Amino acid sequence: MSEWGIGKPVRRREDDRFIRGRGQYTDDINRPNQTHAVFVRSPHAHALIRSIDLEEANAAPGVLAILTGKDVAEDGLAGLICGWTVHSKDGSEMKAGGHPILAAEKVRYVGDHVVLVLAETKAQALAAADLVLVDYEPLPAVSLKNSTEPGSAQVHDEAPGNLCFEWELGDKAATEDAFSKAARTVSIDLANNRLVPNAMEPRAAIGDYDAGRDEYTLWTTSQNPHVARLVLSAFVGVAPEHKLRVIAPDVGGGFGSKIFIYPEETACAWASKKIGRPIKWTADRSEAFLADAHGRDHLSHAELALDEDGKFLGLKVKTKANLGAYLSTFSAAVPTYLYGTLLSGQYDIPAIYVEVDGVYTTTSPVDAYRGAGRPEATYIVERIVETAARETGFDPAEMRRMNFVKTFPHQTPVIMNYDIGDFEASLDKALEVADYAGFPDRKEEAAKRGKLRGIGFSTYIEACGIAPSAAVGSLGAGVGLWESAEVQVAPTGKIEVFTGSHSHGQGHETTFAQLVSERTGLPLEDIEIIHGDTGRVQFGMGTYGSRSGAVGMSAIFKAIDKVEAKARKIAAQLMEAAEDDVVLENGAFTVKGTDKSLSWPEVTLAAYTGHGFDTAEIEPGLKESAFYDPLNFTFPAGCHICEVEIDPETGVTEIVNFTAIDDFGTIINPMIVEGQVHGGLVQGIGQALYEHGIYDEESGQLMTGSFMDYCMPRADNFPGFKLGFTPTVCPSNPMGMKGCGEAGAIGSPPAVINAITDALGIKDIPMPATPARVWAAIQNSATPKAA
Amino acid sequence: MPVVTMTVNGKSVSGEVEGRTLLVNFIRDQLNLTGTHVGCDTSQCGACVVHIDGKAVKSCATLALQADGADVTTIEGLAAGGDLHPVQRAFKEHHGLQCGFCTPGMIMTAVDMIRRKPELDEKTVREELEGNLCRCTGYHNIVKAILAASEEMRA
Repeated sequence: MSEWGIGKPVRRREDDRFIRGRGQYTDDINRPNQTHAVFVRSPHAHALIRSIDLEEANAAPGVLAILTGKDVAEDGLAGLICGWTVHSKDGSEMKAGGHPILAAEKVRYVGDHVVLVLAETKAQALAAADLVLVDYEPLPAVSLKNSTEPGSAQVHDEAPGNLCFEWELGDKAATEDAFSKAARTVSIDLANNRLVPNAMEPRAAIGDYDAGRDEYTLWTTSQNPHVARLVLSAFVGVAPEHKLRVIAPDVGGGFGSKIFIYPEETACAWASKKIGRPIKWTADRSEAFLADAHGRDHLSHAELALDEDGKFLGLKVKTKANLGAYLSTFSAAVPTYLYGTLLSGQYDIPAIYVEVDGVYTTTSPVDAYRGAGRPEATYIVERIVETAARETGFDPAEMRRMNFVKTFPHQTPVIMNYDIGDFEASLDKALEVADYAGFPDRKEEAAKRGKLRGIGFSTYIEACGIAPSAAVGSLGAGVGLWESAEVQVAPTGKIEVFTGSHSHGQGHETTFAQLVSERTGLPLEDIEIIHGDTGRVQFGMGTYGSRSGAVGMSAIFKAIDKVEAKARKIAAQLMEAAEDDVVLENGAFTVKGTDKSLSWPEVTLAAYTGHGFDTAEIEPGLKESAFYDPLNFTFPAGCHICEVEIDPETGVTEIVNFTAIDDFGTIINPMIVEGQVHGGLVQGIGQALYEHGIYDEESGQLMTGSFMDYCMPRADNFPGFKLGFTPTVCPSNPMGMKGCGEAGAIGSPPAVINAITDALGIKDIPMPATPARVWAAIQNSATPKAA
Repeated sequence: MPVVTMTVNGKSVSGEVEGRTLLVNFIRDQLNLTGTHVGCDTSQCGACVVHIDGKAVKSCATLALQADGADVTTIEGLAAGGDLHPVQRAFKEHHGLQCGFCTPGMIMTAVDMIRRKPELDEKTVREELEGNLCRCTGYHNIVKAILAASEEMRA
């Protein structure tokens, strides 16, 4: 193994530019002759557009053009699309309303895009935007709660009753049968609070049309530039695919919100041809709050059936999921196939039935946000299991253990086939690290200080490695979810890897190079990882769903297999040896049992000179490509234990201990993996304690539209975290990886809420469990205040 | 338009600005020092922190004119003579950054924090980071990096 190889906590190579301020994010880029875009957005949640008066704005200083939905239509552009089609239980296709680039007739949420103002400077564009007069006829707002009530306003004519789909999964009859035989049942109503992703870099775009070559270049804050190019060309019709280059340079976090194709970058690319100059748009944070796709926002009722021994017999879930005003790029998949399929959790549950009503509302579109469906599923399962333990008198750890899946592969009643895992191993290690046995003493000690101490568990499972193309295709995906890689070896032996994965904080430039170093014996400085540019990378499905290791690196692995096979053939002829006797070790090709050896550069140079081997048999050159399609989902799993102390006087919850023991399969770089867990935990705990995207029921205004109103987790909200790993090697990909990017955000919310409800002796408290809510719960419950 | 003159990263610079021009826009748009970032519009996130006369300041909440005559250091000026500042080194060593967007502001805040606080402990570091948001790291390794740099700089 090289010193940079798999399993080593190699320090990140990308850090050198970031810590010196030399990163290059989209807003750091400026094009010659660049202009600036500002969007006039709807101030109403729901309104008809009666007229738009541009006269005064057009006359404002510096204005180059002002464009509306009419211009979009005249140029023949179509709207944005949802790349996943789900079907309702009656077999009908989901009822998708149009998703315009610029709204022409009707606006459907506060922040909806109406007019594009282009000017010489951003200040001039902002000033002119203020002069645009849009005459609206307001309509009633539609909320998650009132969306399906009779008489509610209609967001889209195509979706009567605001129902986009009524989806189901599982065997209803078998589940009803399980409930009829149950010794007892447990039920709970849960809300999964709406979240605003808030990557620290706001979205941005530069559209630049080159009239000489009739080509567009779009720099954009994307997690998947090839998918953006595909949508903009094949569906929206901005430009043919081969005439559009999409570059996602350094991207400052995504968490899902930068997967999607939005109106802003679409408009910048399109309009740059109209005005013949580059157009830059950068969101301010207020725009990010209004117009980035949000996450979660479910209302659910769940019931669990148990036998007399506490074994689970069946689970029923009914969920109403907010899709927002328009279907975003993957929004239909999130509350369905990324959600219902995980409702078996780590447990052997013989029968499961889930129904999800996907509804339109007059709010920002809702789509994948770190975890995407899996946190919502985990929240249901881990809250109801904890509730069941309390209601039946079982220890929460032991009730989980008793119901764990213990043999693999395990087919759940909701599609997923768990390939491998060891749920008891992560539970046992977590119990030890969290010192569960010592909890009663700590609780007693806290009570002496006047604090209410509670402990909560979450034994989560998720599905990553997204995903086998045929499987997702059969479930409604409009794309395949493989990944591609090219490994190009230069004559001097240096290696360029072109990957379809995209790094926006995950450290791929380091971990991917570690794999190449492990395989070739080359030092990291001889390996370059290139991503995020459709002009350089052949294709890519991008980074989300914790897929870059299990899928993206597997593609690189396969491409290196091909490079190595060819180089060995060449080396064998150069050394006049049998191919099977040639091995690549520590950066050299040697002939087994002899002292014959050629260094990596000697062989790679020969590959390009074409000397010393038969070029009729072996083509010169050394560059190989692979498209890797996963065989199965991967199933990261683990156990989170949260311990809280609550001040009954103020309702403030303090996280005093947090333990996360995870099974991510093979780990390439433990330092980076731990960093992913830390970040995920803070987003998950943020959901449980602080964050809440709130729209006013009546007006549909976003009440939490800035960092002044939306509580972002801060450093002093947390203790240090205790992490550990209990890996089982994933059998479905060459390196045995499962994925680690989302686990923290998936596992932690129920652990926190289970701890708070344990401390307060109550069944439920809604997320976020703010001090006001906790204080009210204490006042309303019979729990005696700590002395 | 008024002209401002200041020293930025050891070099004297001047430029015409509007009265309303923010220091961060002067630094980014006129000086092309794009390491200083803008992550919000309410002075909460701290991605724009620079030093004015040695003190950490949010450059999104400072007019360029307010920095007239001042000595300004941005993230680009921190590595004196090319050698990384101990705080920069510690952020790399302890994996205190992921996407890198909040990092310049975090590092500039940390340098000032270590200057002001002779004895730093974890609780103090966490409280001092109140004005700097990070969405990637969960702060865990940022805190570790600052404590390590503090220790190294005191040694």
